[in-house]
Amino acid sequence: MQGESLTVRDLDIRATPPGEDERTIVSQINFALKPGEVMALIGESGSGKTTIALAMMGYARRGCRIAGGSVQLGETDILSLSAVDTRALRGHRVTYIAQSAAAAFNPSRRLMDQVIEGALIHGFLDRQQAQQKAIQLFGELALPDPEHIGNRYPHQVSGGQLQRLMAAMALITDPALVILDEPTTALDVTTQVDVLRAFKRVMRERGTTALYVSHDLAVVAQIADHVLVLQAGEEQEQGPIAQILEQPNHAYTRSLLAAARPEIRSSSPVSSSTGDELLRIDDLQVGYGHCNRRGEPENIVLDHIQLRIDRGQALGVIGESGSGKSTLARAVAGLVAPSRGEVQFNSRELSPTLRGRTADQFRRIQIVFQSADNALNPAHSVRRLLNRPLETYFQMSREARKRRVEELMDLVKLPRTLLDRKPSELSGGQKQRVNLARALAAEPDLILCDEVTSALDTVVGAAILELLAELRRELGVAYLFISHDISTVRSLCDDVMVLYQGECVEFGPCSTVLNQPQHDYTRKLIGSVPELKPGWLEACQWSTHTQPSTAPA
Amino acid sequence: MRDSLFGLVLGRLASSLITLLLVSLVIFAITSLLPGDTAQQVLGQFATPEQVEALRAQLGLDQPPLLRYWQWLSGFATGDLGRSASNGVDVIQLVNDRLPNSLLLAGITTVISVPLALIMGIAAAMRRGGALDRALNLITLSMVAVPEFLVATLAVLIFAVQLGWLPALSYVSTVDSLGAFMKVYAMPVLTLCSVLIAQMARMTRAALIDQLDSAYVEMARLKGVPPMRRVLRHALPNAVGPIANAVALSLSYLLGGVIIVETIFNYPGIASLMVDAVSNRDLALVQACAMIFCGAYLLLVMLADLCAILSNPRLRNR
Repeated sequence: MQGESLTVRDLDIRATPPGEDERTIVSQINFALKPGEVMALIGESGSGKTTIALAMMGYARRGCRIAGGSVQLGETDILSLSAVDTRALRGHRVTYIAQSAAAAFNPSRRLMDQVIEGALIHGFLDRQQAQQKAIQLFGELALPDPEHIGNRYPHQVSGGQLQRLMAAMALITDPALVILDEPTTALDVTTQVDVLRAFKRVMRERGTTALYVSHDLAVVAQIADHVLVLQAGEEQEQGPIAQILEQPNHAYTRSLLAAARPEIRSSSPVSSSTGDELLRIDDLQVGYGHCNRRGEPENIVLDHIQLRIDRGQALGVIGESGSGKSTLARAVAGLVAPSRGEVQFNSRELSPTLRGRTADQFRRIQIVFQSADNALNPAHSVRRLLNRPLETYFQMSREARKRRVEELMDLVKLPRTLLDRKPSELSGGQKQRVNLARALAAEPDLILCDEVTSALDTVVGAAILELLAELRRELGVAYLFISHDISTVRSLCDDVMVLYQGECVEFGPCSTVLNQPQHDYTRKLIGSVPELKPGWLEACQWSTHTQPSTAPA
Repeated sequence: MRDSLFGLVLGRLASSLITLLLVSLVIFAITSLLPGDTAQQVLGQFATPEQVEALRAQLGLDQPPLLRYWQWLSGFATGDLGRSASNGVDVIQLVNDRLPNSLLLAGITTVISVPLALIMGIAAAMRRGGALDRALNLITLSMVAVPEFLVATLAVLIFAVQLGWLPALSYVSTVDSLGAFMKVYAMPVLTLCSVLIAQMARMTRAALIDQLDSAYVEMARLKGVPPMRRVLRHALPNAVGPIANAVALSLSYLLGGVIIVETIFNYPGIASLMVDAVSNRDLALVQACAMIFCGAYLLLVMLADLCAILSNPRLRNR
């Protein structure tokens, strides 16, 4: 089956939040695609991208309904189909690639069964043919061992592989339209390049029409023909990709573009470092599992880590998932005990576990987690969340605490009117600010930031970065800033440490390491970040198959 | 994989046995601490101290507790459960008379209640928020809320007294045909089912809804998988763990917890045997019954754990 044309007219979708009145979340969406074209829906979270994409399959999530408009695929008017006909359409003529493949695969069934399920229940292929076709697709998508990978369970393959398996699942019925919902957002940059390349090639060969949902303009630039920019469920701008990138008309599009191109500072960012040593780590080794006779654990996550952070300095730690970034923060925080090595803080040795640390050491090292949603107690008001560290670490009068809480709100630039709200009543960016304010309440010397901007939209994330830089200037706090995103590290940090498979492969001032990377892996990491220009993907030389030559043994 | 599975079962079995051993110690300690003295109880309040002392010696009650524990435990391991203090019959004989009745009642109740509860739970989960779900919710809530003695009494009033369809008392010895069998068991089973089904159906619904909200079920839906297949093939295998545990906890109630039902219907089961034994200070019998209940409970929990492990490839292929 070839791709078919897709025409969307006046699409309206409404939602009824529990206990509230129905309201419109997507209104007046119009666009048209010729067969084989790729349209990107771009916007921040909550802008209705996924909701629109799912409507192409006649589907609305619980609490939502498609209130009006039409979706025409080839000759079929999708929204007027009966329930049975809609079911026959899904997974056959229109297929879906979900954002998190890890969640979208059933953990208790073999991959092959899930990949071919759609083809079997729609009677498109018999089991034998479907398996053959699946194996062929696995090969085309550059999956390792295509013959046997289908016999595994989802937990036995990596995230990037799952995402490609999901693509095979979507393409096995030769669909007329494929919906890709942030298919590479959950992946490392280095994996993203491979997956994007595989998607693009397979889709081009088959002439598949596609709808690509993303918040990342640079990714979209590689794969889409047209772009539709969304904000709050409404179209802001629509046009060919080149036009959107070069002559954005709408202010919102321009702010998206600006956030995707963080300015690279020529000099290293505000050097408030005093040369006064705050944290020193010597030959650190962290692992899990049983220890052998030499005291080395079975699985070593981090090894031979040396670093030093001065007062008021920001050290960035980059690397892909599984490289041990978070483990480093957890070891400094005392959440995991190192099996070897020494951590010195304020010229005094830090106990490897929480038990041996003093209250003052606790106060001086604070950690800010990636997901403010999980880190903030949903039952507590913002005031209570911020009061807690004040009560724990300082003897303050009630009056003084009240003043301090308000100061903290000013510090993270949140209006004081939010003090009595619960976290669920705040936006993602506001929650992350509260999360940060809570760490600041302890007046720490060092804040461990674990991917603090990863869960946020680019525009919101850029504002948080700005705030972090400002706090550092004003309060002289030091950061251990963990990120997989090189541009955030570049804009905030003085020094950077590149982790690869638990070892430090490169360490030095940001400007040196990121501008003249010495190690292959660093080069690959930097080279894999998509650039905001069409054609970058084809020009990119990096792939997972070109492993860094000097990989540590 | 086969070896690891075998090892897994073996490990579970071993840990169950250790638990049982610890429990036996607790049971023995508690029964030894029970107020009153068996010899005194048997002989009545007019016995002379010499008579009591003689009986204590005969029952072995004058020996140190640890030695008695050891003797009891080793007897237990070889199938000698001791002798009932109140009527001199071997405990194993008493248990043999009653246990099959209890197992039969438990078995029939299980066979009826588990499938019913699963169907109700699955139906409610599939029609979440709909009329069927609300009706089932109301029914199961009221079944949980109404105490079983009330259900039993009402059943007797309606079916035995008013309608005269069923006998009010369950004389197992009168069973000679299938019809009589059904008549005798109808009301006890009905009473037990009403309690168990409600618990299990609610847990099934909750566990299943958890899975139905997951991304992979949405994905199945977007592949055009029909609703029934979505529930049975996609969601249910991942809900087996919690459901099996809920079922095991409910069923464990069927041996020891049915005393009210046994009393109201005069059903000769093992729960009433234990209650009688407690009031008679019949330590050997109390201990034996407690060990049986505990063993049955451990067995059920172990089976539930195994179900959970076997249904989860992540645990299975470790």
